[in-house]
This record gives sequence, structure tokens and C-alpha cells, in this order.
Amino acid sequence: MFWPIFLRVITSGDLWQASLQFAALLLLPALGGVISERSGVVNIAMEGMMLIGCYVGVVVTLASHSVLVGLLAAIIAGGLLALVHGVVSIHLKADQIISGIAINVAALGLTNYLNIVQTGGQGIPSLASNLRLPVLNWGPLAQLPFLGQVLFQQNVVFYVTIIILVGLQFLLFRTNLGLRIRAVGEHPQAADTAGVSVRLIRYACVVASGLLSGLAGAFLALGVAGTFNSNMTAGRGFIALAAVVFGKYTPLGAAGACLIFGLGLALSVRLQDTGIDSNLLATLPYILTIIALIGLVGRTVAPAADGVPYEPGSAE
Amino acid sequence: MHEQEKAPLAQAASPDLAASPYAVEMRDICKAWPGVVANDHVNLRVRRGEIHALVGENGAGKTTLMNILYGLVRPDSGEIYINGERVHISGPRDAIRLHIGMVHQHFMLIPPLTVAENIVLGQEPGGPLAVYDRRRARELVLQLSARYGLPIDPDTRIEKLSVGLQQRVEILKALYRAADILILDEPTGVLTPQETYELFDVLRALSRQGKTVIFITHKLREVLDLTDRVTVLRRGRNVGELVTRETNQAEIARLMVGREVLLRVEKRPARPGPVVLRVENLHASSDRGLEALQGVSFEVHAGEILGIAGVEGNGQSELVEVLSGMRRATAGRVTVTHASGQQTGKTYDITSMNAREVRLVGVAHIPEDRRGSGLVLSDTIESNTILGRERWPRFAWARFILRLGEVAQWARRLVREFDVRTPSTRLPVRALSGGNQQKVIVAREFAADPQLLIAAQPTRGVDIGAIEFIHRRLVEQRDAGKAILLVSAELDEIRSLSDRIAVMYEGRIVDIVTPEASEEELGLLMTGGRPSGASREEEAQTTGDSGA
Repeated sequence: MFWPIFLRVITSGDLWQASLQFAALLLLPALGGVISERSGVVNIAMEGMMLIGCYVGVVVTLASHSVLVGLLAAIIAGGLLALVHGVVSIHLKADQIISGIAINVAALGLTNYLNIVQTGGQGIPSLASNLRLPVLNWGPLAQLPFLGQVLFQQNVVFYVTIIILVGLQFLLFRTNLGLRIRAVGEHPQAADTAGVSVRLIRYACVVASGLLSGLAGAFLALGVAGTFNSNMTAGRGFIALAAVVFGKYTPLGAAGACLIFGLGLALSVRLQDTGIDSNLLATLPYILTIIALIGLVGRTVAPAADGVPYEPGSAE
Repeated sequence: MHEQEKAPLAQAASPDLAASPYAVEMRDICKAWPGVVANDHVNLRVRRGEIHALVGENGAGKTTLMNILYGLVRPDSGEIYINGERVHISGPRDAIRLHIGMVHQHFMLIPPLTVAENIVLGQEPGGPLAVYDRRRARELVLQLSARYGLPIDPDTRIEKLSVGLQQRVEILKALYRAADILILDEPTGVLTPQETYELFDVLRALSRQGKTVIFITHKLREVLDLTDRVTVLRRGRNVGELVTRETNQAEIARLMVGREVLLRVEKRPARPGPVVLRVENLHASSDRGLEALQGVSFEVHAGEILGIAGVEGNGQSELVEVLSGMRRATAGRVTVTHASGQQTGKTYDITSMNAREVRLVGVAHIPEDRRGSGLVLSDTIESNTILGRERWPRFAWARFILRLGEVAQWARRLVREFDVRTPSTRLPVRALSGGNQQKVIVAREFAADPQLLIAAQPTRGVDIGAIEFIHRRLVEQRDAGKAILLVSAELDEIRSLSDRIAVMYEGRIVDIVTPEASEEELGLLMTGGRPSGASREEEAQTTGDSGA
């Protein structure tokens, strides 16, 4: 009973299409995490920034009747929330974990509250299809057997994510700016004394992580779900955090980790026909993670100054 | 980028160059930290092209003054003139623009990045948004390295370089940023004698090329060997501006400490008792899995100081770690025999004991890495004075609940007896100067009344006053019948304290000699040479011209 269904599921385009979509949803905040941590600021608030992105995206789209405006608003909302994290952790030198937790809790409470106040508890209705982020039309490519469904019937944000992934990998490891970011994350004193502005780089990186998380929120709410639900991010920001670590703080590594998570998530949905308890199936992505961690990923080393506020003149 | 567009201020001032003979003039600099006045109306005048020593004990305000000059610390008041021009330096970027470069005591290098990446960082060819041009960066570094005669491989990662080479990268970094004024903060503290001489040659060459060098140190011999003029600070104030040629060690030392200092250790001949430490055919591996100890054997008697001399990295660190229970021996035997007290005559085999057990049988240990393994920096002086002895009935009920009153009293006593300068024993050890941190360790280890005391680099990075103090205490302990194993990279220290000197080279003790052995003889042994060895001239250089 199990194996025939398993084989059918594993070879179906549905599964792989869903895997890639789930992976992209995780990858955006994960890339945000990579860039923030590389600059030396621990950011565990991608979840909250993503959730704000979801809410603002939907509300602004409904108000402006333009999904593009909604998308931009979502990205900016994520960025602004990240700016708060930046001020708290870079300027005020507060504990970055606490700041992150506060932002996550605040984002959850705030979106819930506004959602209820605004709709009188009715909840936001589904968005009309012209107010959603569309699936990109690749013409004949989409008709290819299997590959067409998996690669060429994805949401427009999916392709944007791939571009950002490649771009970020290039930025971090092939450009002068990337060199500075890594330097600031490893040894801010060294970067500062070499004439690099630690503050500027850290702010830019933290805000970038918020922009990416906001984009992820828009993808989820405006592209995948087509509405806003309370706590609809459901821990994706945290899984992304795990992907950052498993991916050894590199964009490509994080992408690999997100693929494994995505596959696990998709499998846990699709394998429900096999009669395996659904609660058990829900643990699959995490079990896959642990296996991957033991088998594939060696020790991961965080940037040396990750999470440590920079004090100029503390050189001694 | 905007930094590059602005004309460097120092160049703008060039018409006035003749107006001031000083490359750097700092006037009335004041800087107070909460509870400490680091700089109290300090003046510093450095002539263009000279090598200027800035000396003073730890905590005298040397580093603060230089951090102000480099823009890392903002002064509360005071004026800075570069080439006669009044300037405001509000960050390292300003300092770089004024052609000031600084080599920090703790290197500002990023270990996982390459030499070239570290050097060009912040001023990469092409500006911040360009693709990193590895070939061009490499070329620039090679050009620079050829121009100043400082060979380096641009593609090596910093973490793979020796400390001496890392320092070279730091100097190249400053030169890459077109530094005309080069500040070096205690650059020789981490160098071997050979590396120190190489550094001096480099600095002399730079000075000949018109660079101005400010050299922070508290090693008087270096001041006399290298510099043209000296500024002495004590407790945040100027106490002297001297011409090196016209002064001597004793005068500088007196100015630094504020009283006459005994540069020589006074001690009576040793009266050795029975053997306390016996090491037989000891073998051990280094962290990298190489054979660091290859059959080391020696004995230390009660009432004597055995000095271990050698260029660093020849197994001394591993030897100390094995003896103190921090590293496993792969072969051999180590025993400790009590020479006094209730257990006189009792012998313990400590070969495979851990650090706690080793301490329990009467071994005290002053580790070479004060910050890493000697102290818990963020913890209070009180806690640090009972570290490793916190289960003693004296300090804990049922070995478990600390008797805080007792601990506080103990800490106050040690602080008084060992002259640790601190307003309170509740301060974190981090807040103390290096010398006072070391005194906390020395106090803790001496107070344990050990049979054997292992002192590894006991005065590294410590100021003259504290060195004198620690040396005197070591001799006192010897005279009280303790066995002392002294490991030091400072040949002077080894020679003045030891009753016998064992020279280590490549994991072996090559010879055990008396302290009367000449520096040349010791130098030869340290570099693996035999008195009949080939290149005498080179060996003589390693051992130094201290006799002069």
C-alpha cells in the first residue's frame, strides 16, 4: 500500500513544483538572514518581518487595487521593521536575540489586532485573481512534460528569488562590497581601522534582510494564499533561520537547505494518502533536516563577530 | 567614493611644511574614562622622519593617546596638529586621509581572509561597488612589498601566517593606505628575537625613506636600540621628553615608574634540596598532531629555579601544558615529590592527571596565556583569586556553597600583599591593566603554597614595576624551598632568574647550562647550532647585541 503511493508521489510534477515553491518561500528570508549575519548582526526576526509583509501587502493591495503597490508596501514594511532591529542592536547595542524575539511577538500581535479591528473579526476575504502576484507565463516551455510543471509554472516571485540568490552569492564573495561585509562580520575593529564604516554596512545589511523578508511575506500572502490569515507565516522565518546555519552562512548553502526543507514540507502534504499519521508526517521536514545536518553538513562556523555590538576603541 | 575625492588634508597643508618640524603634535590632550583619567593634559611632539618612542607602564595612557591620534577614541579636550596644521580626527577614516597608519597591539586582521584581501580592504581597486579584482589586488600588494622590501605571499590566508608575518601584513596595510606616520603599539611583545631584529631593520629603512614612526613600548633596551627621541608617560601625564642618545635605561625606568628601579634581580646562590619534579623521556603531540616533545628529561630541585630557554614554538608551550595537566603525554613519566610539609617524601605520578588533580598534589601554574587560560576576564577579582580552589573547605561549605565573606576577605588580603592596583576586589579582572591582571594570577598561585611552581612567560606584556615585583617574588619562593620551573622567551629574564638553564630546540632539551653561559652560547643552542656550528655571524645576530 505504501510503496506504490510513495513512488507515484515522488515521481509526480506536483510534488516537485510544490517543493520548489516552498523552498523559495523559505529562501527569501534565509537570504536575508545570511546577509544580516554575515555583517555581524544576528537576526531572528525574519518571521515577524515576513508576517508584517503579508499583512501590509494584502491591506495595501486591497486599498490601492494594485498588487504592485501592495508588493512594494510589503517590502518596505519589512525593511522598516528591520530598521527598528538595526537601531536597537547597532545603535543602542542591545541584545540582538531579545530584540528579535520582541519584533516577532510584536508583529504577531499587531497583525492579529489590526486584522480583527479592521474587519470586525470577519477576516480578510480572498483577493481577486487580478490582485494576486501572477504565475509567470513561459509559453511553450510550460508544456514540457514534468519540467514544464516543475520549473515553468511558478509564481513570478520564484524567479525573482533565483535572481536574488545568484546576485547575493556574487555580491558576498566576488565584490568589494561583499569583502567589506564579510570583514565587518568577522572583525569589525579591523574593518573600522581599515576605513570601512561598520555602522553603515551593518544597517544596510539588516535593512536588506527586512526587505527580503517583506518580499517573502508578499509572496506568501499575495502569491500563494491570496489572503491574510492570522500567523500565516507559521514558523517559516524560523525554518529559514535554520537554513542559514545549515547552509554555512552562504546563499547557495542556504538554498540547498531550503530545498531539503521544501521537499520535506511538500512530502508531508502529499504523502497523506499513504495512511501514515499526518502528525507523524508533519515531522518529516525536520527529520530530513537532522539527517542532512549529520550526513551532509560539517561543522558550521558563524562569522566571528556575529551578534557582538561594535564598540570603537575597544581594541585593547 | 567620497573619501577619495576629498584632497588629503595633510597635502593641503604642504605649503606650511617648513613651518613646523613636527609631523605630529598633540597638545593638552585629556581623556577620562569612568573612574580613570587616561590622559591628563598630555603633550606629544614627533619630528618628521624620526623614530619616536612612547614609553610608560601599562595603564600610563600610551595606547589611549595613540587611539586618539588614530580616531578610535575621541579626546575630551586638546588639539592635534599634523605637519603644523590643526586637524580634527573623528574616526580611522580621517586618520587614513591624514596619512596616519597604526599597527595595533592585537592585530586588526581577519583570519579567514587572504593577505591581499586584508591589505586592500576598504580601499579596494575599483571602489565599493566593483567586482573584487583579485589579480589587481595581488599586483598592488606585490608592488608594495617589493618597494618596501617586505616579502609576502598575497594569497595566503592570515590564519596560516606566523605572528611575525601577520605583523608584516599590518605594516603593509598601513603603507597601502599611504601612511607617512606609522604608529606601532607594542609591536615586539609577540615576536621572537629574530623577528624583532627584522622589524627594527624594516622600521629603520622606513624612517630613512622619510616616514615618521611612533613606537610604543615598555622594553627599555628597544628604546635605546631603535629610537631617536623618547616621550615618557606616567599615570596619564608627561614626565619626560628625552633624546635617546643622551639618556640610559635607568633614567627612563625611573621616569616611567616614578622611583629607582632595580633592573637586575638580586639573589643569593641557590641552596638546592631534593628533586621535586622529575620528567623522564616525555613525548607529546602538538595541536596539529606533530610531535612537539620528543623525549624530554630533566629534574627540578627544591629551592632552585630551572629556566627553560628557547625560541618560541620549540615545544615549551606543550611541555608546560603536559606538566600542568592540560595536555596528554603520549609517552614518558612525570613525578612530583613533596620536599616539605606533611607529605614530605611522598611521590605522585602526575603523568596522566588532569589540571585539577595536578593542582591538588601541590603544583601551581602561571599559564602563558593570561587572558585565555589564566583568568576569567569578565568575572570579579574575588572569584579569580579562588579559581581552581573554590572547593576548598575554607571557601565553600560542603564543597558546594561559596562562603562569600571568606572569599572577599581572601581576595582583599591577596590584593594587598601582591600590590594589585584596583579600587575594589569586586571589579571584573578585565578592568585591570595587564600587569595587575598578572599579579592576580601570581597571587593566586603563590598563595596555594605549592611544592612546584610552573611559571610560563610570567612577565609577558607586563610593565617594569610589575616585572620587578614578580621577579622578586619568584626568588622569594625559591628561597622558601619551592621548586620553580620558569619558561620564558625573554633571554634576559631566564639569565637573571635561573640557577640552571635548559635550552629547548625542536622538542628536545639540547643542553643544560649555568646562567654564566654567554649569550652567544645560549643563542647557538637555541637555534639548534653547536658551538662549532657553521654560520656564527647569523647566530650572533639572533642572540642580539644586548651586551653593547
